[in-house]
Amino acid sequence: MNSNPMRRVPLVLGNKTLKQITDDICEPVETIPSKGWMALFLGAKTLFIFYILTIAIVVSTGMGLLGVNHPVGWGTMIITFVFWVGIGHAGTLISAILFLFRQKWRTSVARSAEAMTVFAVMTAGIFPLIHTGRPWLDFWLFPYPNQRGPLWVNFRSPLLWDVFAISTYATVSTVFWFIGLIPDLATLKDRAKNKIRYMVYGALSLGWRGTAKNWSHYEMLYLILAGLSTPLVLSVHTIVSFDFAVSNLPGWHSTIFPPYFVAGAIFSGFAMVITLMSLMRIGFPKFKDYITIDHMEVMNKIIMMTGLMVGYAYGSEFLIAWYSGNDYERYVFMNRAMGPYAWSYWIMIACNVFIPQIFWKRNFRRSIPVMFVVSIFVNIGMWFERFVITVTSLHRDFLPSNWGQYAWSMYDTAILCGSFGMFFTIFLLYLRVFPAISIAEIKPVMNVGKEDDNKGAH
Amino acid sequence: MGKPSNRKRTLGGMAGIFLEESKVVKAAYKVRESGFIKFDAISPYPIHGMEEACGIKRSSIPYVTFAAGVFGLLAALGLVYYTSVTNWPINVGGKPMFSLPAFIPIMFELTVLFAALCSVGALFYHCSMPKIDPPTIDKDLTSHKFAIFIPENDVGYGEDRIHKMLTELGAVEVKKVAEY
Repeated sequence: MNSNPMRRVPLVLGNKTLKQITDDICEPVETIPSKGWMALFLGAKTLFIFYILTIAIVVSTGMGLLGVNHPVGWGTMIITFVFWVGIGHAGTLISAILFLFRQKWRTSVARSAEAMTVFAVMTAGIFPLIHTGRPWLDFWLFPYPNQRGPLWVNFRSPLLWDVFAISTYATVSTVFWFIGLIPDLATLKDRAKNKIRYMVYGALSLGWRGTAKNWSHYEMLYLILAGLSTPLVLSVHTIVSFDFAVSNLPGWHSTIFPPYFVAGAIFSGFAMVITLMSLMRIGFPKFKDYITIDHMEVMNKIIMMTGLMVGYAYGSEFLIAWYSGNDYERYVFMNRAMGPYAWSYWIMIACNVFIPQIFWKRNFRRSIPVMFVVSIFVNIGMWFERFVITVTSLHRDFLPSNWGQYAWSMYDTAILCGSFGMFFTIFLLYLRVFPAISIAEIKPVMNVGKEDDNKGAH
Repeated sequence: MGKPSNRKRTLGGMAGIFLEESKVVKAAYKVRESGFIKFDAISPYPIHGMEEACGIKRSSIPYVTFAAGVFGLLAALGLVYYTSVTNWPINVGGKPMFSLPAFIPIMFELTVLFAALCSVGALFYHCSMPKIDPPTIDKDLTSHKFAIFIPENDVGYGEDRIHKMLTELGAVEVKKVAEY
């Protein structure tokens, strides 16, 4: 494709003018939804309503409807919570970390990836709140002066660190995402054909004008938020892994957990980005010029690399279990691979370590159907990773009299499936309300890799 | 603190509309060289080199971020110290009451939270946002056109002079703006 290897690959295909870019990206927001979108939305919305009903039943009847019991006290709620928080991490990686590394290809996917983060964290946040068993008392999680002593929360508990980490992460990601949206909302306001649209987007754009002074402050703030989000995102999954690692259970009490969890989170999150971007490319064909095959290929490379990283972590856990000489630790890992839950372990290994390896071949990396299927497998595999970590360590304790199985119930299935309804409902609505690609950010990079590259000034 | 009051008052002036990024940057240089100091350039996206062209100083937001981050860190330390050491000390696994390593996650998160939110607050302050229905020079300035706006209280303001200068610099349209 490129005769000169030093030439950069164009980030935006086709010789677009500034106006065309605005028109292309605003189109989904300003037109009647297609039948495909309607079909997906109806499906997702139905699942979402089903989810709300399931939660209502579980909350009103009690946690006993779910399979958690002695000895497996952490189940679907915690597994799926970790799964969704992990999904969110790729969004911040794309929007913040790749921004700091000046990876310009991130521009076209950053908006939707960041939206994915916000919605995934929203979906995740519900689980621990229900898992407390009495969600109407969840405000006890926050330290506020109260009439019970005042009895404060335990600041030495990783579960409380999690409250702070997740709520900070949700707040900062939402703010970061919204700050990125402001100039584009002003664009939508100025394009508005009717009064209601003008008022709504006018209010949302907060009176943005785009003067050089404003842009100067804005770019500085964007850099700062990216800089703050970078350690934040690493801290969040580190703290999520502390929920496990700080306890004294074999299979959990391990120093590899923080990096292992962060790598897994980025792995699963990129898979979800690929799932969503493939659908967006199909749903909005004009986006193919912005979210190009080259962008998808780069993300597939990251999936392959992080897949190898989690594979390395799986291997090193076994090595350390053997090397530690600790009987309980050795038993837990042999039990994972060959015990009653071996099927879940091998689903995890197959989906996370082996299947992504087909991306070594360039044609597969650049094929939308292949990457879509692989991304689904990775999502399944990463859910099973959290299942393996949570359930297999709990179901075989130190004493055989404490052993038992996880009594998976239909409510567990309903909660798990329903959470996808919530996520996709919000994401599909987002695609119709906000520009799914950053208009103001894509314009400065539109000349990268074009014939007269000297114009781009980068 | 003196400056925002100056900015909040809406002013009339002259605006030149440009169609090309390179022209508007050159124009900003020339306008500044001609002695104008209060002019501003409006663009749909941040332009590389525009800050230099307009002579805009580096944003002061990082100082706010740093101060807010330090405040968040100390506030978090105060919170955990007061609750866990002073107000209701609880012995958790024989750890000392002031068990600093266990408090670091809370302190880190609150540092980031305060720093991020206060930086956003600083942006809103500098850009005088939120604002209901800001004046618009041209609806395409958030899409594909660029503008240079010179307020009427700027040094050496003269309608004919500005009209001539902006047209020479490549403005496709120069118009009088009642308020901006």
